[in-house]
Amino acid sequence: MPVALYRIDDRLIHGQVVVGWGQPLELRFIVLVDDEVATSEWEQELYRMGVPPEMSVMFYTVEDAAAHLAELQKRPEPGIVLVGDIGTMGRLVSQSDGRIRAVNVGGVHHSPGRVQRLRFVFLTAAEEQGLRDIAALGVDVSAQDVPSARPVPLGELLASTSGA
Amino acid sequence: MSDGDARVSITTDTDVVPATVRAIVAGHGSFSSGIISAVEQITGRGASFLAMSNTGLCLDDIQGTLARALDDTGARVIFTDLPAGSCTMAVRRMIRARPGVVLVTGINLSLLLDFAMQESVDPIIAVQTALERARASMAVHGA
Repeated sequence: MPVALYRIDDRLIHGQVVVGWGQPLELRFIVLVDDEVATSEWEQELYRMGVPPEMSVMFYTVEDAAAHLAELQKRPEPGIVLVGDIGTMGRLVSQSDGRIRAVNVGGVHHSPGRVQRLRFVFLTAAEEQGLRDIAALGVDVSAQDVPSARPVPLGELLASTSGA
Repeated sequence: MSDGDARVSITTDTDVVPATVRAIVAGHGSFSSGIISAVEQITGRGASFLAMSNTGLCLDDIQGTLARALDDTGARVIFTDLPAGSCTMAVRRMIRARPGVVLVTGINLSLLLDFAMQESVDPIIAVQTALERARASMAVHGA
């Protein structure tokens, strides 16, 4: 199981990723795809220090991640590809030659202009379209913050107004 | 969000902050308010701490809320629950520009109790003493 999860999470590396997903999936590497972090040694060190010793962290721009995707998917140990926003995931999927089959919306929190769809997902109209565009490329898009929660399919996510 | 204890101060709203706050406790869910309520129950000194939860907040909002809490309280110590947690990440990023502010992560109740009982000691020094006792408080029995 090479890459177990392709996740959108605006907190990037944090407790849900390292512990919540990391332990049950026995993740051994995190690929943090962020053009800004990829060029900041200090930011990289910040995130490295947050993960347990058995887990390695790689930092890529979108272009580098797309170029390394085939190699990452051949790794023997499971890992996660992590991006901070929907636009970044859209760019990665569009450059992945169909290698990404499923995307997890793990955390897109409140900010001005966003409408609450789930307790942990708030979206602008442009972000909703971004998720539809990803799905239109044949990718299964669902929202799920932790492994024990039910994955909410994209259609249900975008129809949800409950914030449940 | 409330744990029913009137002496536990909880932010994201830091407009009204008790003057006695010496440290901020930040973490997941109700961790902070819960552990502070335990301090209050045991020592009556829960008002030494201001609780903050990351629930529903993105990284920028966590950082902004913590920065306001520091400004409002004058606290120089922040306790967080988990080394990889979003509150820890936000604090580590924030304290680059705030020399003199100390982050302690991976806390337990013994640590906060010891810190709370050192009211007359400089908070930075109190942290060091409390850390030793907190580490020593973890034990396995009956194995």
